[in-house]
Amino acid sequence: MRILLIEDDKETAAYLSKALREAGHVPDHAPDGEIGAAMAADGGYDVLVVDRMLPKRDGLAVIEELRKRGDHTPALVLSALGQVDDRVAGLHAGGDDYLPKPYAFSELLARVEALARRRRPDAAETVFRVGDLELDRLSHTVSRAGQPIPLQPREFRLLEYLMKNAGQVVTRTMLLENVWDYHFDPQTNVIDVHISRLRAKIDKGFREPRLHTVRGAGYMIR
Amino acid sequence: MTTALGKVVRTTAFKLSAIYIAVFSVFSVFFVVYIAYSTNVLLNQQVRETIGTELVGLSDQYRVGGLSALIDVIDQRAHQPGASLYLMTDADGHILAGNVSHVTGDVAARSGIEPITVTYHRSETDSAERTALVQVISLPGDFLLLVGRDIGEREQFRSIITSALAWALVLMIGLAAISYLFVSRNVLKRIDSISAGARRIMLGDLAGRLDIAGSGDEFDRLAESLNAMLDRIEHLIYGIKDVSDNIAHDLKTPLTRLRNRVEAALSGPADAARYRATLEATIEESDQLIRTFNALLSIARVEAGSTDGGMTEVDASAIVHDVAELYEPVADETGVELSVETPESITIKASRELLGQAVANLIDNALKHGRPDSGQARIAVSTAKEGNTLVIRVADNGHGIPDADRERALQRFVRLEKSRSQPGSGLGLSLAAAVARLHNGTIELGDAKPGLAVTLRLPIHWVDGAKSS
Repeated sequence: MRILLIEDDKETAAYLSKALREAGHVPDHAPDGEIGAAMAADGGYDVLVVDRMLPKRDGLAVIEELRKRGDHTPALVLSALGQVDDRVAGLHAGGDDYLPKPYAFSELLARVEALARRRRPDAAETVFRVGDLELDRLSHTVSRAGQPIPLQPREFRLLEYLMKNAGQVVTRTMLLENVWDYHFDPQTNVIDVHISRLRAKIDKGFREPRLHTVRGAGYMIR
Repeated sequence: MTTALGKVVRTTAFKLSAIYIAVFSVFSVFFVVYIAYSTNVLLNQQVRETIGTELVGLSDQYRVGGLSALIDVIDQRAHQPGASLYLMTDADGHILAGNVSHVTGDVAARSGIEPITVTYHRSETDSAERTALVQVISLPGDFLLLVGRDIGEREQFRSIITSALAWALVLMIGLAAISYLFVSRNVLKRIDSISAGARRIMLGDLAGRLDIAGSGDEFDRLAESLNAMLDRIEHLIYGIKDVSDNIAHDLKTPLTRLRNRVEAALSGPADAARYRATLEATIEESDQLIRTFNALLSIARVEAGSTDGGMTEVDASAIVHDVAELYEPVADETGVELSVETPESITIKASRELLGQAVANLIDNALKHGRPDSGQARIAVSTAKEGNTLVIRVADNGHGIPDADRERALQRFVRLEKSRSQPGSGLGLSLAAAVARLHNGTIELGDAKPGLAVTLRLPIHWVDGAKSS
């Protein structure tokens, strides 16, 4: 996956580039807003990672300009601000996701991959299948090996989001944001308990588990 | 001297007085000119009518009684007090009768039906040149008859009007001066006192407030508003001071711990497993630090009112329900019975995110600190509508907080002795309190008998900008 990283801090950029490369991606780095805008305009990137405060041109302005030209390459906005208002401003300018600093690399990677995946056509499918696990988004039913599994509405949405990103790491904050639509830090391991309940319903009694915990990062269905 | 004058000219009192003078001058000049003009027209008309009537009468006399009768009548009329002007001449210009000795200009040529303005002398010895409105007609036999009225009194009238105007102007300047003194003494003095008070406060007397005269006028209201603003600013400044004190205390401690741990690892034997353990502990500790820091920043921003968190119309019951549902599995797992009672949907203008976080903090708090020593732990979350107030209540059946500690528990970083050992930043309740204030509401710690009951009261309808401090 080709990723354009627009970030002015050299050390952060070098660290992110190296880590993204190790994760199997091809990152390009732009040190300021102007160069970033020019490189993004050339196109060919799957995801843009844009720091909000950049020299020469503001990160949000770069994204806004791209959107005006009809370029909808998914963009992840990085910001030191991280408040609700700033998030709204970031998304309003055309950013697709928003990650406040400081962040764990695993969080950034999971979000970048989720953004890239959103563009693929199968994300709009009505039935998700992972092995013998099946989720029908229209009839709101879940079954495993043909056996129906009754789920609470929230559990259904949790599983739906995990299966939409099957094969990819999904972090706890991503789950809180996408399933509950809250962005605060719940302090307690609330998400973990929801996951373990879901796991009890879909994996219990089956030899091969589908819902995996990725240590230090989050969860994954595969 | 010029600067002193300039200072006076720049004052509002001076400007107001100048405006009064200008406005009233324009009005009085307009009125005087208007009255003078109308009176003039009226008088003119009267004179014309008088002249016309006399001419008709005299012509009749001539026609009936002939020349001698006319001359008699003219002589008779000419010598009455306040008489009109009469002059009758023959074809050669000899005066036959009348009370005018000489008329300037060729009057004969201007005979007709329209009166004209001429200057004349009453007698040969009269040197004063007077002005009159006259009408001249020619009678059969080439006689010329002139009848007119002296209009010198109109000049007199004009001079009276002019002097009235002058007096009015003098009076207005006098009144303007008095109003200047009044405005500068009473009104501007109050403004000066407010400025002086503001300067005093700027110089560092943060507890100082502006004087209120007690008359309840606009200046008192202004001073009251400014004082309320100062209260708020003082509150915020102490808030910032609190934050920096707390940062110094509660953030420096874990930072020192972090640093010591890394230092100890470096000075010890180079063992990969030990390094790894240290690094993992470091990440965990820095995550906790970031969390504390984020919580502090959001409290500061919410308290400063620099964020509104995106206020929209939201259903408070749905938010409470969602958040309770988020915590329900955790409660279940730790053996706490979490009950939710949201009988009706309550629409309120609020930030879904911040309100959600406040409720989450309250439930989190109850889960961590609200356990009884024995028996079933219970947490009851409810929403209710009391008139124009939304009431969100989170109650546990733990040990509660003693009366004396309740106020303190709302402050930042305060972790009451019993909970020191529990994880947490000590910011949960203070964020909830800040969110309540942002929504113009209150937070109250009460006794759930047994246990702690935290009650958020938020007005359902409130006007932006009317936030209390």
